[in-house]
Parts: sequence; C-alpha cells; structure tokens
Amino acid sequence: MLRIVKPKTKRAKRMLEKRAPKVDENVKRLMLLQGTKSSSLIKNVISDLYHLKKAGGAAVKFSRKNDNVRPFEGGGETSLEFLSAKTDCSLFAFGTHSKKRPNNLVIGRMYDHHVLDMIELGVDKYQSIAQLGGGRKAAPQEGSKPCFAFLGDAFESKPELAHLKEMLLDFFRGEEVETINVGGLDRVFVCAAAGDKVYLRHCGIELKKSDESKFPRVELVEVGPCFDISIRRSRKPSEDLRREAMKMPLKTAKKKVKNVKGDSLQGKIGKIYMPKQEVEGMALAKMKGLKRERRQAAAAKAAAAADTPAKEGDGSVVAEETPTQKKARL
Amino acid sequence: MDSSEDLAIESTSNHEAYAMQPADLYAMDLGNLMVFDPRASFSSPAECLEKARELIQALSDKLYELPATVDKVGRLVTLPPPTTRLPREKPLPKPRPPTKWEQFAQKKGIKKRKRSKLEYDDQTDEWRRRHGYKRVNDENQIPWIEARDTDEPGVDPFEKLKSDKKERVAKQEKNQLSNLKAAAKKGGKGALPSTLQLAATSLPITGSKTPTKRMNKDEIGFAAGLASTATASGGKFDKKLPGEKAPKQTGKHRKFLPVVGSKGQSSKEKEQLGNVLSKVLAKYNHDILDVGKAVSKYNVEEEGKRAQENKKAGGKGLRKFSGKDRSAKKGGLFNKKSGGSRAGGGSGGKSGGSKKPLGTKSAGSFKGKAGGGSAKRK
Repeated sequence: MLRIVKPKTKRAKRMLEKRAPKVDENVKRLMLLQGTKSSSLIKNVISDLYHLKKAGGAAVKFSRKNDNVRPFEGGGETSLEFLSAKTDCSLFAFGTHSKKRPNNLVIGRMYDHHVLDMIELGVDKYQSIAQLGGGRKAAPQEGSKPCFAFLGDAFESKPELAHLKEMLLDFFRGEEVETINVGGLDRVFVCAAAGDKVYLRHCGIELKKSDESKFPRVELVEVGPCFDISIRRSRKPSEDLRREAMKMPLKTAKKKVKNVKGDSLQGKIGKIYMPKQEVEGMALAKMKGLKRERRQAAAAKAAAAADTPAKEGDGSVVAEETPTQKKARL
Repeated sequence: MDSSEDLAIESTSNHEAYAMQPADLYAMDLGNLMVFDPRASFSSPAECLEKARELIQALSDKLYELPATVDKVGRLVTLPPPTTRLPREKPLPKPRPPTKWEQFAQKKGIKKRKRSKLEYDDQTDEWRRRHGYKRVNDENQIPWIEARDTDEPGVDPFEKLKSDKKERVAKQEKNQLSNLKAAAKKGGKGALPSTLQLAATSLPITGSKTPTKRMNKDEIGFAAGLASTATASGGKFDKKLPGEKAPKQTGKHRKFLPVVGSKGQSSKEKEQLGNVLSKVLAKYNHDILDVGKAVSKYNVEEEGKRAQENKKAGGKGLRKFSGKDRSAKKGGLFNKKSGGSRAGGGSGGKSGGSKKPLGTKSAGSFKGKAGGGSAKRK
C-alpha cells in the first residue's frame, strides 16, 4: 500500500524544487565541520573558509564536535552523507588535530549526496584574514567571482596535485557567468607548487593606471587566508562514478525570442506592436477650421480639385511605416 | 590509479583547448577566470606572488580584449564558456515517463488541442472561464434540475451530482497513484517529480474492513519488544542483531484482579467469577422446568396461531403512513413521481399487521387510503 506525500506548504514545495536535480546547477554549497579534537589554527581555517564562501548562503558551518565523522575509514562517511543531504551541500571541509596528523583539513566533494572524492591536507603555516587585516583597502567584495593562478608544472604532472587543482577550482569558482564586469575583478587564489608543498594565497586585486599599455596594471595584495599546505591522504573518485558525474546535458536549441533582433551595427533591436490609435473619438479642443460649414466648403473645394488628375508619387514611403509597426531601439 | 591517469589526461586535453597567449604560453580558462603557468619557477613564496601578478596581468589584458558592452557599472565582458569540466553536484534530471493516458493517446494518435480559456455562457450572456471559479455551467450554481422520466425515485439529483464529482476525483487520484507507482518502478526514485514522494501506509489486517491506524514510534517499539520475547525462552537465548536495543516494555503479559474488594464495592474478582457461573448455568437452563414460564409460553403460542388464522380470513392489519416525502424539500420541481407515498403504504402494512389483529379492519383500510391521498396531493 502506497500513498502520495505532497509538501504541505508552498514554502516546502519551493524548497524541494530548489533541491531537485537541475540541468543548470546552482553554486555548490560548502559545509564546514570539526572533529572531536581540533586546534585553534584549524578552527581559524574553518571560520575563514566559511567567511569566503558564506555569501549567498553557499556555506553552512557546524559548531558542534563530530565524533562519528571519519572520512577515510570504512563507514565513517555515513554521517557526512546524512548531513550533506540535510543541508543540501555538495562540498565539505572537515578539520581535526591529532598527534599523528596535526592541523588536518579534509576537503571533499559529493555527488548525489555520496562522497565522490577527498583530499587530506596538512596545514603547516597559516595566516588568517584577521592577522593580515583583510587587506583593508584591497579587501574583496563578498561573493565576487575570483580569479585563479596556478604555478608550477606539478599541477599537471603529479596526479594528486592535478586533483587538488580541480578541487580548489570547484570549491571557490562560484557561479558560472556569461558576462562579467572587468572592473569588478577583485580577488585571486594563487596556488604555487614547490616540491611537496603548496602555497595557497588569497589576494586582493588593485587595478592601477598603467604607463606602458592602455589596460590597467594589476597589483596583488595578500588579504588572507594564506596557507602552506602538504598533501596527506587522498581518495580519487571511482571511475564509473566520475563518468556518471561528468555527464553533460544534451544541448537543446535555444527558444526563439520573438520580436527581438540582433544587428552587428545597431545592436539589439526590438519590435513593439501598438494598438491602432482612435483619433476620431479623441476629445480635442474645438477649432474653427473643423466646423461643419468650413468642412463642407473644404470638401467642395477638394471635389473641384479632383476633377483635374491627381499627382502620383509618395504612396510607397507611407506604406513602409504602418501605424501598427514601429521600430524602437532598446 | 586509473582515475588519476584520467585526471592527468583530461588536464592536458584541456590544455590544448586553451587560447594561446602571444608572449607567454599560459594555459587560460577564461570562463573560470583561471590561468596556469606550468613553466613557472620560484624560490620563495614572495617570488611566487610576483609571478602570479604577471599571470593575472595577462588574464586581465585578455579580458579587456574580449567583446564588451559599456554599462553604467563598468565594462561588461562576454566570457567564453569554461573549458575545465567539473563534476556535477547531482545527476541529470530524468524526463517524466509517460502516463497511461499519454501512452494510449500516442498509440491512437490523439493530439492535445488548445482550447480557449473563455467560453460563452448562454444562460448569463457572458464570457466566462472554462474551468475554476465562476466557470461556465458551474454545477454548484444550478438552482434547479428538471425532472425526467428516467429519474429514479428517491434519488436526490443534487446529491448525485456531488457524489459523482467525488467519484471522479477519487478515480483521478487512483490513476495518479498508479502512474507514479509505475514511474517509480521503471525509473527509480529520480523519476518521480521532485515535490512528490511515495510513502508506505500500514498494511491492512486481513479480513477487517476498517483501515488500520498508522503505528507511532512507541507502538512499533512495543510490538517489536513483544515479538522479540515471544519464544520459549522469552527471548533469552536469541541472537541479537547488531545495534538492536533491549525491548522497551517487558514482563506483564497477564493481569490479575485484587481478591479483596474496595470500600463499598464487592470484589471484582468475585463478580467476574459470578458472571462465569451464571453463563454456565444459563447454558443448561432447559433442564430445569419452571411451570409458570411454561404456561405463559403456551398461552403466547396459542394467541399467535389465532392471529394467523384471522389474517388468512381476510383481515389486513393496521395501515400506517410513515414515509417521508422528499420531493417537498426541493419545491416539487424535480422528481414528480412521489415514490414516498408508495413506500409509506407498504411499510404501514407491515408494521400494522401484527399489532392489532382484531376489530380494526375497516379503520385500518381507511387510514391507509387517507395516508396515500395526502402524499399524492403534496
């Protein structure tokens, strides 16, 4: 025996629709957790990551300790998957601190609320936003789209670093956009691979007037958080799951937009349809010329003129612009 | 390590797709605002920042070269689509499988045709909506229904309209459920619309017509506890499942009443025993002869026989009119046949027959006529 369960309120319905699988997905949300033991450094890391992602509700931070989250152990991810489904987050960052793995940060991704892949990072050196003063003048706007700069061939040659590169891009890239305000570029994540270490710097961008070229000169200011990272354990996605997750939607033909045309010279041109104007019934000021006697006299005059043959000519020009079709530049 | 190789291959293939910078060979993904320099070498973090500045400068220059529109807020650049492919968050939405009707319509070649939202209403001389509030031919707004020859007597057409509507709604709901079930069976959980779920109701008890109440958590726990102790050893030697907890309510399968009664009341146990005794004695009651009871029983039987003979002789019992005429309620515009009068006469005959068998023959027949007459007049 089955029955249909519907959401009881419109709000709940909207919520479910928001969480449903979509062709064009929304920004991946990040959840931040800590284990039973964590150092002040790792707590700072977590709160700074939260600060970076929280704009637009793209981050959820849990304040309680999590005993049963052990990402790299068998069955230790059930709790994570439950929380992911509950908060609709597909990225997670889990911070712990132990003697064996001091200042440990596990970052990972989910697919359909199941763990896809993870990387365990050791934070060797850390400068928080507060320590660097947030860059003050160069402080980036909350939720702006960041740039990424990756340096070093290890990001290509070493598989775990290639993995990290993809993961970092997925974590911080924000919304996929078609257009961007170039003057609004105000932050960059700099990742540099040197041997086993990775330097990760979050910098603000200052655009200054350039002497050499017509484009502005870029200056970078460290605004934090800044890490020195070493990679510990990692788990790659299983091949079939990754293939499943990389599926692309079939590109559907764009719906034809009516009455709007593109023109390389004039730009966007729209067409407006106006209803016929009823001039006859309009209340206008009465004028002498419109009085009946004068109208009749004028009609008689016109009739007399009609006897002589009428001139030919400007009919085609009038037909071009009918009163119902008027072009307007948008 | 297959997946790692896969990653590496992917990144190189992306590399080829990047636009080449004339001065440097940076790998750029403008859609993600990413720039990658595999050739970069540095000795300290400070130096790497200087390198990164160059990279970002190159990226910025490239962005300024892209086609743009100048707006009040600044220079809006159209970005190319990102070249680095990243995994999705959730699977692609599945198309809804066709319903049974849609399958049938496709087989038969039935096509949907568009109908106007408005329809002309002859009765009110207005354009009205086809469906919904203030619609054309709204059943709820009809003041009367004309009677027809085919109308069944005793059926309220207004009630019938209502019940028919209810039936239609119930049927639609049933169809919807079966369609959803088929969809879930075919395409799994993802095939259902995101806002709907199918939930199990509790199983009906075989043989009972009443739907079972859904058990709450405590009740389920209690039932599980009872089931786990329903073995010869009381569940003592049963293997526990991992994570199974001790039964919630144990012990007490029987309850005994107190032997001594409370103040002003006799013992309940005594009462119960008394009840049992009287039941047993009643079963063997026929063995004990009560003369008085036998005589009265004989008298009643005799009386009954006499009454029957009377009836056979032609005496019909008292007739009484006791039917309700429902047509009166709706002002008699529908249902012109007065089914009520017939029913009333019949029932009167039945009820009157046994009550007063003697001496009221003529009076009874007269009453019956009168009753029928009055019903007709209504």
